[in-house]
Amino acid sequence: MTLIKTKVGRRSFIKTSAATGGGILIGFNWLVSCTPATEEEPTVAIPNEWFDINGYIKIGDTGMVTIYSPNPEIGQNVMTSMPMIVAEELDVPWKNVVVEQGSLDEDAFKNPQFAGGSLSIKLSWDALRMAGAAGKRMLMEAAAKEWGVAVTDLTASEGVISEINGERTIEYGQIASKAVGIEVPEELELKEPKDYKLIGTRQKNVEGPKIVTGKPLFGLDYKREGMLLAMIEHPPAFGLKVVDFNTEEIKAMAGVKDAFIIDTTIPEPGGLGINAFPQLVAIVGESTWQLMKAKKALKVNYESVSEAENSEMHAAKMQADFEKGEAATSRLDGDPDAAFASAAKVIERTYTAPFMAHNTLEPMNFFANVTADKAELVGPTQTPKLLEDSVAKLLDIPAENITVDMTRQGGGFGRRLYTHFGLEAAAISKKMGAPIKMIYTREDDMSQGTYRPTYRSVYKAGLDENNNLIAFSVKGIGIPEGPVFPNRFPAGSVDNYVAESRGIETNISTGAWRAPRSHFTAGAEQSFLDEVAELAGKDPIDLRLELFERAMKNPVGEEHEYDAERYAGVLKLVKEKSNWGTETPGVFRGVAAYFCHHSYVAQVMDMVLVDGKPKVQKVYCAVDCGILINREGAENIIQGGVVDGIGHAMYSELKFENGTPTHKNFTTYQLVRFNQAPAEIEVHFVESEIAPTGLGEPGLPPAVGALANALYKATGTRYYHSPFSTADQGSNLIG
Amino acid sequence: MAIFNLTINGEKREVDVDPDTPILWVLRDELDLVGTKFGCGVAMCGACTIHLDGTATRSCQIPISSIEGQKITTIEGLSEKGDHPVQKAWLEHDVAQCGYCQAGQIMSASALLQSNPNPSDEEIEVAMTGNICRCGTYVRIKDAIKTASKL
Repeated sequence: MTLIKTKVGRRSFIKTSAATGGGILIGFNWLVSCTPATEEEPTVAIPNEWFDINGYIKIGDTGMVTIYSPNPEIGQNVMTSMPMIVAEELDVPWKNVVVEQGSLDEDAFKNPQFAGGSLSIKLSWDALRMAGAAGKRMLMEAAAKEWGVAVTDLTASEGVISEINGERTIEYGQIASKAVGIEVPEELELKEPKDYKLIGTRQKNVEGPKIVTGKPLFGLDYKREGMLLAMIEHPPAFGLKVVDFNTEEIKAMAGVKDAFIIDTTIPEPGGLGINAFPQLVAIVGESTWQLMKAKKALKVNYESVSEAENSEMHAAKMQADFEKGEAATSRLDGDPDAAFASAAKVIERTYTAPFMAHNTLEPMNFFANVTADKAELVGPTQTPKLLEDSVAKLLDIPAENITVDMTRQGGGFGRRLYTHFGLEAAAISKKMGAPIKMIYTREDDMSQGTYRPTYRSVYKAGLDENNNLIAFSVKGIGIPEGPVFPNRFPAGSVDNYVAESRGIETNISTGAWRAPRSHFTAGAEQSFLDEVAELAGKDPIDLRLELFERAMKNPVGEEHEYDAERYAGVLKLVKEKSNWGTETPGVFRGVAAYFCHHSYVAQVMDMVLVDGKPKVQKVYCAVDCGILINREGAENIIQGGVVDGIGHAMYSELKFENGTPTHKNFTTYQLVRFNQAPAEIEVHFVESEIAPTGLGEPGLPPAVGALANALYKATGTRYYHSPFSTADQGSNLIG
Repeated sequence: MAIFNLTINGEKREVDVDPDTPILWVLRDELDLVGTKFGCGVAMCGACTIHLDGTATRSCQIPISSIEGQKITTIEGLSEKGDHPVQKAWLEHDVAQCGYCQAGQIMSASALLQSNPNPSDEEIEVAMTGNICRCGTYVRIKDAIKTASKL
């Protein structure tokens, strides 16, 4: 057994759970009441009475169990995997569990409620297990009291408590009423991984049945009696500000209730409060189509407040400022200059990537109902607590008077970490004195982004006469942030190593885009290493394993972020599963491995030529995320990461002309489509008992490198500049 | 504004809207049928796919005034109990990630199988390439269509 200290204190855990009985957690049930966790018919009846056990759990008198999923569901499937962890320790049959989205209440959940950095499972692992184990213990204490025996005389499994040396049994549902408010010991026993019955199994998305029947789940689907609809118009270019517009003409249009300018400026907005257009035109009415027509009739006057940027300017600046000034982050081991000078072979390559939009398929939207001293917000956000605090600043009312409820979200990818769209809904509702739902068109969404920054990195490697890697240099720049992680691989495996990262300011709003920086750096570094292996006459997997061996046995420098043994482990697994080294005529293979967000992923990509054009046919993935929670969801998100990585590296880019994004819809902005996706993606997991880490992001970055390396095998061309399908590809071999 | 009489999921419905209103917004704003999604508004993503007299159609591009007399089927009306073979296959393969595009994907796939019960890989590609899945569930979509074709 693993003992876990209830860090948050048993008293506060219980106290909060009792406080939630009043409906704090149960408030958000406009969609449905119960979501069966499995497709199977529940074996238990709908309860007549429910009993709140703690912030995560309520148990019905029939044995049905509701588990509240605390974090935003953006497609990473935490609404299934997080409750699975609670159910494991509570020890109830999954088919008796119904899952509901929890409201924002970080005190009740004992955990930060956000979706970002692939952190949901990693950060909540203890809190979720503790909630389940505490619930089980409370039920056992109640049964012990009922029977006049010690809790140590009892055992509990699959929703039934039994006497160890006796005949009596009782189901959770029969004792739940007496478990409410029972105190639990300061330390709780947790299961050993070998005893898991639910964790590690394949469980289907708890909202699958609703998704395939079109039930209202998403922010855009939310409706409230008396609710008005609203749309916004932002300046067409970064650097412009709204002055005024043809207000009277717009207000006279059919279906328009009101039209005005809002201002969502707040003090100390922080990084996730980035907002290029705090002043916007808002139009309010009852029909989306009439609002769209009114938007088309807008004549807005703008003033210039900062320079209009363009893509040529960005490229020139990144080149000119490449080594200018002090690096934002850096690392130096040994003497790289001397090592490069003495090297038998030196290779240097430059990699670039453009700005990109997130393009969640559900455009930004939010519901807000602002009254004199209260505000209620409902919608898709990855950061509900931050939104609550930001709305408090905007409206100048206390955060405790504000509620934020999370709908299911039509994709996140980092876009919904930002708060501006929630603030816009709140500002519009305040002005109208009515509940409103604000929605963006695709054009609004794509041209007011928090874009993936544009990057440029130069990699340089030096080999000695025996083809050992003796020097490595990576210098990167980006707008507004550089892409380099100085303490990641190959740091720690090369004697002479230098890494530098620099950023250039911009007025274009940028932000975290799925696996920030890692998606670019993995592609650049992993295709560079492929070229280094070729120059050294080594197999690309063997070269990496050789370096990991060095990092394990005799690491260079003070620290490195990764565990070389786990890194090597995924490479070895993918090597085995893909039968690496066997040649199949007509199949061209690329390999890559990357560590980010605390997980390790290696991929082998098989490419074929269809009518002379390269197409990824099959991808093998090996993943080490520690303990695997839900095998089905984990496979799915890794497969999605591979497709996302291939798609964006191949096809997607956003350029700027006079501050204006050159693409505003899918007519010209290309996303990967069905016919461009691999036919098959195999996912293998390293068996592990290490605490679990996330998977929302780590599947994507290595796909970029594996793709570039497979493309080289298939076409003979190295791809240095994404998107690979369109950008001019150059080469520059030295030494 | 004008009155339009529609047949949606086998039921007669009457709406009073601007004649140029796309079917998508009639469904979502007037009839509370929000399973049909808004993704791009220019028929490039497929999230708004419905069946118009059995044919997969992007509802964001078709004015309501142009379809009088035609039968509309939405995701809510694809089956009574959510047990259309395509819906069942989607659950069996646990296709969805965020789930936002899946109603449109299912409507495209079910129209394909209606007209072509055993499509080849190429025919599946042609039918499904107009539907974007931003989460990248294409591998599972393909497997689910193949399963559904056998149900």
